Amino acid sequence: MSILVDKNTRLLIQGITGRNGTFHGQQMIEYGTNVVGGVTPGKGGSTHIGVPVYNTVREAMAEAIPNTTIIYVPAPFAADSIMEAVAAGIPLIVCITEGIPVLDMVKVYEFVKGHGARLIGPNCPGLITPGQAKVGIMPGYIHAPGRVGLVSKSGTLTYEAVNALTLAGMGQSTAVGIGGDPIIGSSFVDILELFEHDPDTDSVVMIGEIGGDAELRAADYIKSSMTKPVVAYIAGRTAPADRRMGHAGAIISGGDDTAAAKMAALSKAGAKVAESPNQIPGLLGGLQI
Amino acid sequence: MKIHEYQAKEVLARYNIPVQEGHVATSADEAEAIAQRIGKMVVVKAQVHAGGRGKAGGVKLAQTAQEAHDKAAAILGMQIKGITVKKVLVTVAADIAHEYYLGVVLDRASKTVMLIGSAEGGVEIEETAKTNPEKIIRISADPALGLGEYQARDLAFAMQIPAPLQRDFIKIVHGLYNAFTASDASLAEINPLVITKDGKLEALDAKIVLDDNALYRHPDLEAYRDLNEEEAAEITAREANLSYVKLDGNIGCMVNGAGLAMSTMDTIKLYGGEPANFLDVGGSADAERVTNALRIILSDPHVKAILFNIFGGIVRCDEVAKGIIVGLKEVQTDVPLVIRLVGTNQAEGRRILSEANLIALDNMDDAVKKVVEVAHSR
Repeated sequence: MSILVDKNTRLLIQGITGRNGTFHGQQMIEYGTNVVGGVTPGKGGSTHIGVPVYNTVREAMAEAIPNTTIIYVPAPFAADSIMEAVAAGIPLIVCITEGIPVLDMVKVYEFVKGHGARLIGPNCPGLITPGQAKVGIMPGYIHAPGRVGLVSKSGTLTYEAVNALTLAGMGQSTAVGIGGDPIIGSSFVDILELFEHDPDTDSVVMIGEIGGDAELRAADYIKSSMTKPVVAYIAGRTAPADRRMGHAGAIISGGDDTAAAKMAALSKAGAKVAESPNQIPGLLGGLQI
Repeated sequence: MKIHEYQAKEVLARYNIPVQEGHVATSADEAEAIAQRIGKMVVVKAQVHAGGRGKAGGVKLAQTAQEAHDKAAAILGMQIKGITVKKVLVTVAADIAHEYYLGVVLDRASKTVMLIGSAEGGVEIEETAKTNPEKIIRISADPALGLGEYQARDLAFAMQIPAPLQRDFIKIVHGLYNAFTASDASLAEINPLVITKDGKLEALDAKIVLDDNALYRHPDLEAYRDLNEEEAAEITAREANLSYVKLDGNIGCMVNGAGLAMSTMDTIKLYGGEPANFLDVGGSADAERVTNALRIILSDPHVKAILFNIFGGIVRCDEVAKGIIVGLKEVQTDVPLVIRLVGTNQAEGRRILSEANLIALDNMDDAVKKVVEVAHSR
């Protein structure tokens, strides 16, 4: 078991014929993900990287019956692509695209929620259940199957942590990149909840950063509802206030959205807080039952 | 992207929000001429992308045109939070009877566009949030339907707007909400919104922050960008599509990925060093990007050593290594480098580096310790 994606994932790729869709589509197929088709308006009826291409998600839904979709569509059109997937009834939508205007996401979030779908991202690396399904842009080979769940706002920082875990002999149940934008479909709490109830996850690594209050809410959830041990790392202790650090959401704008405040809250909630990504396996090792 | 007060007021005026007459001056003489034309008491206000202008002495009243000249002369060229004042706004000084706060903000927690109001304006809303949180009223607009008339009315009553001014106030609330959504802002704030002694509502100060991700659909607002407000290196970086923020330390860093870049800065600090910058070289650390990034890092004279921290995930280490070598040929430097390169094709990447007498480390903490040691020894 694992969360969200596994051997039963039937993946659709929106924007399959684009540069990213093509490259990462191939990578996902090579990893063993069951890709059942792709969507590019106007290219329906053709075959691309070995799978059928449809004009619309609705068409793909009728013929290929995907249960998950991944979106590589450029930012100006990505919000619409998410809504297309929601309207077609795909329950799990993963949006990789970076740079979607945040007011578009306000509407999209409401639409996703109203239809009972689940959105991961945008501006995220996707998610992977090692050995079963890779639905994203992460390098598959650094992962190993195991029992540590991982949830993170960042891409390469997640790879860093995953690599450290794998080298320390700690495989992962599922690693989820939730994205670094101000408004994202799934929060830390949403994913922590899934890990808490996943029988194949023993402990969780959570990687946050400056900006917003998602880590503080995660701390509340850890304290009130989690029985599994959590190791947390927060990036951005040296980030200046009021400056965007790459990710649109990584900006210190109040008092409680600093790395220090988040680390303190997580520590108080009972999580072990790492000072650098390299410390994560050690802290986790100390926690393993 | 931040814009100036005078630009924000231009935007608000387009949505029928009453603002005082005012004009921008870049010299004391111009300020004097504007004050002369206005013909009443004026305020001379520094136009910089920094808060706390009043406290820094960047906002002054002037009774006469001559006084406006002198105040402008004092404010122009002054430093506010490290930024040199190059422009002042000369505007009518209002006779204030009461000050309110009115803002529209993207609220990350509720994932909505939220109206924020307070009967206590003129102070920073963050301050009120700490001292009198009960005095702040928050109302979320429906993501699909927008702002309801009843919501603006709710706010008017909650903020105790005098009955004769409620209609005008509600128009201002809608105007601000519409300005916010139509501009793809992340913040639009009027602070203070005042009632003047002659009983009118006016926006005395305005602040708008725009969503960088949406600027592509607002070329008119993109034109408000003021390059004087940015570090030269940050402008170059933006043009090269690199995400760069200058800091005060002496260890330059080039990292792929925003999260790892922040983490690298933190780890430098953890081991006793000071990062000189945040720089995300992006997913494809090719020769062109590495070259641009190197130039930008080295344009900071305080940089004593540079750390490359690359986790080659999708991007292959041999490609990155080639990029580093081409970059170093393009940008000759005697600043020492520490390279940490791991990931896809790392053996080949390291072989390429070693041919150029460059050594790559494996572990991030080891690389950081090394670069801190090198920077300290210089």
